[in-house]
Amino acid sequence: MEKFVTLSAIAAALPEANIDTDKIIPARFLKTTQRTGLGKHAFDAMRYLPDGTENPDFVLNRQPWRKAEILVTYDNLGCGSSREHAPWALLDFGIRCVIAPSFADIFFNNCFKNGILPIRLPREICDELMGDAQMGSNARLTVDLPRQVVIRPNGEEVPFEIDAFRKHLLLEGLDDIGQTLHHEGSIATYEQRQDQAKSWLPTIHFD
Amino acid sequence: MAARTLFDKIWDDHVVETLPDGTSILYIDRHLVHEVTSPQAFEGLRLAGRKLRHPERTVAVVDHNVPTSDRSQPIEEEDSRNQIETLERNVKEFGVPYFPLLSANQGIVHVVGPEQGISLPGMTIVCGDSHTSTHGALGSLAFGIGTSEVEHVMATQTILQRPAKNMRVNVEGTPGAGVSAKDIMLAIIGHIGTAGGTGHVIEFAGSAIRGLDMAGRMTICNMAIEAGARAGLVAPDETTFEYVRNRPFAPKGEAFEQAVAYWKTLSSDEGAHFDREVTLRAEDIGPTLTWGTSPETVLAITDTVPDPAQIEDEAVKTQMQRMLDYMGLQAGQKIAGTPVDVVFIGSCTNSRIEDLRMAAQIAAGRKVAPGVRAMIVPGSGNVKRQAEEEGLDRIFLDAGFEWREAGCSMCLGMNPDRLTPGQRCASTSNRNFEGRQGPGGRTHLLSPAMAAAAAVTGCLTDVRELA
Ligand code: SF4
Repeated sequence: MEKFVTLSAIAAALPEANIDTDKIIPARFLKTTQRTGLGKHAFDAMRYLPDGTENPDFVLNRQPWRKAEILVTYDNLGCGSSREHAPWALLDFGIRCVIAPSFADIFFNNCFKNGILPIRLPREICDELMGDAQMGSNARLTVDLPRQVVIRPNGEEVPFEIDAFRKHLLLEGLDDIGQTLHHEGSIATYEQRQDQAKSWLPTIHFD
Repeated sequence: MAARTLFDKIWDDHVVETLPDGTSILYIDRHLVHEVTSPQAFEGLRLAGRKLRHPERTVAVVDHNVPTSDRSQPIEEEDSRNQIETLERNVKEFGVPYFPLLSANQGIVHVVGPEQGISLPGMTIVCGDSHTSTHGALGSLAFGIGTSEVEHVMATQTILQRPAKNMRVNVEGTPGAGVSAKDIMLAIIGHIGTAGGTGHVIEFAGSAIRGLDMAGRMTICNMAIEAGARAGLVAPDETTFEYVRNRPFAPKGEAFEQAVAYWKTLSSDEGAHFDREVTLRAEDIGPTLTWGTSPETVLAITDTVPDPAQIEDEAVKTQMQRMLDYMGLQAGQKIAGTPVDVVFIGSCTNSRIEDLRMAAQIAAGRKVAPGVRAMIVPGSGNVKRQAEEEGLDRIFLDAGFEWREAGCSMCLGMNPDRLTPGQRCASTSNRNFEGRQGPGGRTHLLSPAMAAAAAVTGCLTDVRELA
């Protein structure tokens, strides 16, 4: 997983609440067996017209936002299906940071696991950042993860909260599995204890 | 010990270790795997040279992609076939028990798990699918995870989690005529909103929930995710134990008695703390359906479509208008009487035998309205077989419904079962997002009985008029 330290980039505003994972990546594109290649279908229904050509009004089809690496939206971003294809599609499009007043739980987790930083900020601040985003390439947002601030084009710093463990994983680009396997001893102990306490618990074998 | 909720008890019982920052390594008893969210996880294991720690606590099934028409033919869509074949290679390589397409036990993962006794009370259960919350109906802690987490569970049989907050939704009283678990759940989501449960695990309680059979409780917990919750739970009771007894993979004899003794300890203690509590009266709930493109946009079948002009918040007003446009509805119109093109009875929300019986009761002796395509997709091969033993297939076929093979089908339109743009569908599934059942498709979520009523009248109809 790629590290996330600081990011200075163009931000795109999608001023909508409840952008669900079906909007981020419709189900008919989930038939891949790979993590990459989904960027071209990100926001498919908004991005393309019924005849398959680009919708010229959609922000991510316009310059300079075609190169956006930060997305700012309203509440409950990523609600709906648990598909990790949603962050994969965003990442493949080039998005490394998503900012919203609130996120759906599973999507929020899935972002971290793919090196995308989700930041919760109050709605008023999201409004201001959307204003910045609309200024385009003259107005980059900078996300400084070590200092936990978003720096606006006018220099104002907006602090954000992040779980210490997740911050560490992002900064180092570490995967969770390696971390958990350091606790192999506790897992084995738990399993022994459970085998005794819940001897009725069946395992599954097919003939 | 302080009074604990049902969620707290299952949680405490599965914590392997709590890390300094408050994240816990949580042990997972059952991992259910399907073809869409697993290939990248198996690939990740392979690339890292890792083993799947407990294949005997893992079960795989194909459901999302599978055709629900004639299965003697090869699967036409190449990418679907590829995903299914990839799963078959992976389960073989990693030794995972697997229900293949042609198994009589194949079906939607959230129908198969409880039906086979693979999912049991008190367990932690995960699957790379958000509707894993369904299994919470048994009194287990069950939730959906992403593919990276699927890989994490495969490698470690654990998951990293922070405890959720506790919420309790009580539904008290006796539901009226024509009101099923689906109507109750839609009413709950309408009441608390699609973000109402965010960060919480919802325990469903109260006399109306206690009075539901297991299929009804599964319908409720299934849609806990539509209320934003991480999981839904119902405390196990005699109804649960009777359901579980004699299931193929449930404990038997002495072991079953031991299990029941443990399961009986799984209820929220008197005085346990809930961060949020909501109570609804069952008598206030009528046959309910959605009008918009979010599951919280519910109304009673006797209501009229809401009017954006009466909303103050500009963003909400715009969104509402957009939903009306997308759905092809007018503010203020009566929802009853709106013509439908397609009726879909199926999905992990409502495809169990009990659901099909409710639909059959309405369909019996009637005909699907001209011009309406109505399909029944049983949740599993076993549900299908049982329905055929009970003669339900005859009732449906005589009425002009399609009687299909088990799978997710038109719930998400990954297989060829899809709406075309502008088509209106009365659907027993759980999501009505734009394009969910096919690009441009318009979905109204409702109960199996209401769906059957729409099929035979050709429009959204108050099922009580047909009873
Ligand atoms: S039936 Fe629908 S909601 Fe349920 S698992 Fe399948 S696709 Fe998901």
